[in-house]
Amino acid sequence: MFRYIIRRLLISIPLLIVASFLCFGLVNAMGDPLGEWKLQKARTPAEIAAAYERTGYNKPFVERYVSWAGDFVTGDWGESVVPGNAGRPVKDELLKAFGVTLRLILGAELIALLLGIAVGVIGAVRQYSIFDYTATGISFAMFSMPLFCVALVLKAGGIELNNWLESLGADRWIITAGPPGDGFGGSFGEQVFQYSGAYILPTISLVVIQFALYSRFQRASMLETLNADYVRTAQAKGVSEARSIFRHAFRNALIPIITVSSLNIGAGFGGAVITETVFGWSGMGKFLIEAIVKIEPFQVLGFMMVTAVFIIAFNLIADILYAFLDPRIRLD
Amino acid sequence: MTEIGSPVAQAPSPSPNEASTFDTTTARKQWQIILRRFARHRAALFGLVLFVILVVFAFMGGLFWQYSYTDLGFKRYLPPSVDHPFGTDRLGGDMVALIIRGMQFSLQIAMVVAFLSTLIGVVLGALAGYLKGWVDTLISRFIDLMLVIPGFVIAAVLVRNSFVVSVAGGSGGSNWLIVALYLGLIMWLQIARVIRGMVLSLREKEFVEAARALGASTFRIVFRHILPNTIDVIIVNATLAIAQAVLLEAALSFIGLGVQSPDTSLGLMISLNKNELTQHPWLFFTPFVFIVLISLAVNFIGDGLRDAFDPRQKRVKA
Repeated sequence: MFRYIIRRLLISIPLLIVASFLCFGLVNAMGDPLGEWKLQKARTPAEIAAAYERTGYNKPFVERYVSWAGDFVTGDWGESVVPGNAGRPVKDELLKAFGVTLRLILGAELIALLLGIAVGVIGAVRQYSIFDYTATGISFAMFSMPLFCVALVLKAGGIELNNWLESLGADRWIITAGPPGDGFGGSFGEQVFQYSGAYILPTISLVVIQFALYSRFQRASMLETLNADYVRTAQAKGVSEARSIFRHAFRNALIPIITVSSLNIGAGFGGAVITETVFGWSGMGKFLIEAIVKIEPFQVLGFMMVTAVFIIAFNLIADILYAFLDPRIRLD
Repeated sequence: MTEIGSPVAQAPSPSPNEASTFDTTTARKQWQIILRRFARHRAALFGLVLFVILVVFAFMGGLFWQYSYTDLGFKRYLPPSVDHPFGTDRLGGDMVALIIRGMQFSLQIAMVVAFLSTLIGVVLGALAGYLKGWVDTLISRFIDLMLVIPGFVIAAVLVRNSFVVSVAGGSGGSNWLIVALYLGLIMWLQIARVIRGMVLSLREKEFVEAARALGASTFRIVFRHILPNTIDVIIVNATLAIAQAVLLEAALSFIGLGVQSPDTSLGLMISLNKNELTQHPWLFFTPFVFIVLISLAVNFIGDGLRDAFDPRQKRVKA
């Protein structure tokens, strides 16, 4: 097991190198980061030369990559280069965005997972009951909806709710412009009010999609185990229904969803682009989109390195958990 | 599914012609059994009917509808009425005509994506699983690489790179195909992994060994002996990819990396009308409802196909 983990981690180092090189090439292929800036008005040759010096685009591609990689391993992730917001260290901005995304997705993932597992299990145990049909129908509908529409409708609803609250003489509750960077102040009650106002809609819109995925997945795998021979054997031996469902079927039905959710969470650290955009959270997703729109090579690269580490780590965690939960699987 | 599709229809049928001369009942071919099972699945049948109606509406509706999407002379922001069942938009265009055109693009993109991602995924997955060794390592590492590189970066390159744009018809030209290609290029990963896993176990089966002993070529073994056994997974995945593609295209358009004018799509229509949500809700909700209808219909079909292919799904209660 230990050797397996070490080997997987060692394999991922060349993967990261190749991925960052390719990513650098892709950003390069997007065009000149200074293109727009040069078109805005006439620039002196000295200005242009200085700007290119900062982007590094006056040097050959490979040389630029090597110098970035050398800096990166020593902890210097480069700076933003596009004039107007140039010179801001990538690392600080990225870590800030990461914190925002982390706060947003962890709660939503947890709620979606618990809710999905519960609904999936009940749906499988009471297959073809009214509950099953309702839950399946709802998750089907959620699954077929574009997430950004759900988010936009929720946002519009939140604003309506605010107006209604105001007409009653109460404070506006829902915050649709993201949480302030330095947190909320005031008494405990006020903070609860403000935090819930900022978190509730983005969380719902994230939960909606993930819940649909998890509950359908859990229902399928629970049906699989409920009909497995070992559950029938257990029931034939006289194990009570509750015990056979929870000790025998449920525990085995958790194996696939744990793998799926850990892959999902790993990818989730890349930010929820849609949710963050609609509700104005400056998380990882928004960070990436802004970096792409401006063509900020080092910001995109920094983003890729951070998310890649999480994707690789959670892929590995999924495999280890899988082997841990299912003794028939051996990692070697 | 050109190459893969053809052998499949015949492959699993156990020579029914000879049997029928002896028996009073005709043996059912496998695909007939599957079709019957599918036809009994009410939700799936509903999905199929709905999908056919939507496709006909999208591609034929324009011939019968009284207005074209180029007619812009109507009063702006008309609410739904008999003359304009879905109202008119901020430029005074008839929403029915616009929806028809948007659906054409959305469906075109979805079909191209489903075809492309299935083709790439199945071929690469089968090669990796069957050949193992360095081919497998190469393809598997490539999949890892694709998972790690942010999809939006690839999308941005394709949508903005001047060379790609000029090949596709110049800036301000048609770009729906670029979006379709991009989505096809990122969506094959999942099916490739699944097929690889299935082929890894199928290649050890006796019938493959028999084919190899008889001197069948690698190409023949993979495409005539192994892949027909994965056809259920391929078809279900290809179906569900249509729904996924419609939704992903909408999300891309919302972010600004999707379809651009003069092309259109349901997703782009929603994004353009996102600020009308409270004032003129029909402009937002009509394309939204059509997206949901398409992906709901396709998801129902996919679910029904999965059940039809896998008889174990119809099981007794625990």
